[in-house]
Amino acid sequence: MSARCDTHSSASSFLFGIVEKSLEAEILRHRMTPTAQRIEVTLETLLESVDLAESIVKRVAEASGFEEDDVHKIGMAVREGVINAYNYGNQHDPGKKIHIIVELEAEKMIVHVLDEGKGFALTEVPDPLAEENLLRTSGRGIFLMRAFMDELHVRPGATGGAELIMSKRFPQGVSDNGRGQRK
Amino acid sequence: MVLQATSREVGDVAVVDFSGKITLGEGSAVVRNTMRELVDHGYRKILLNLADVDYIDSSGIGELVSAHTTVQNLNGELKLLQLTRRVHDLLQITRLFTVFDVQSDEGAALRSFR
Repeated sequence: MSARCDTHSSASSFLFGIVEKSLEAEILRHRMTPTAQRIEVTLETLLESVDLAESIVKRVAEASGFEEDDVHKIGMAVREGVINAYNYGNQHDPGKKIHIIVELEAEKMIVHVLDEGKGFALTEVPDPLAEENLLRTSGRGIFLMRAFMDELHVRPGATGGAELIMSKRFPQGVSDNGRGQRK
Repeated sequence: MVLQATSREVGDVAVVDFSGKITLGEGSAVVRNTMRELVDHGYRKILLNLADVDYIDSSGIGELVSAHTTVQNLNGELKLLQLTRRVHDLLQITRLFTVFDVQSDEGAALRSFR
């Protein structure tokens, strides 16, 4: 089963509530079923979508049994992914969307962030830890996603732009059947 | 939570107490505007108190780096005070501890300005 949610600029805070409520119900359903689960959210290319995406994914991570520090890291990685989509992928174009897909598998949580830009390759991204890049005011997002998640990949997305795929393994003691139950 | 910035003067040092998140959008803009105002008013010794800042994203990091560069280009000094654990960890993994002068005690920080 998948949940689809859309946001609109004129009513983003109102919809935020709806997204949160429907998500809560969705998470509860997830906790009752043992198979892989999937949630899809389509967001407008708006600054507000950055906070919204972070909040949604953090809720899922929390309900899936991640500890507070990991919930923070997952939220921040997704935030950076959506900032990337907002700034560099969609380049603030309000006609484009940002797509978030969260998949709960037996061993890990996977988050996809898709934009409708031109795409990019990880090899094109300069190393922000290199001496010559330390004083750059941007270019740390990909690094932070890598640092906070177990895996990060980029591929051409189905929506025409880049698809960031990041995953984090569930903590020990949180199995698929007992997701949401901390040991 | 929207970032709050309260500036005070201790000798010739401008101390800014930040509270909230330094993130893309409003938070980063508050830092940028605060820095611009201080620099325009002639301050060259600036201490940013981050004791109540528990969240900084890549945009916020960029804003702090920009503040550092601006003050350094004016032959001034910018220091950070009392980092929370998450902000501390963030500056550590991004190697920015090698860039910023990070202090844990306000008195010692004030005395450390040239």
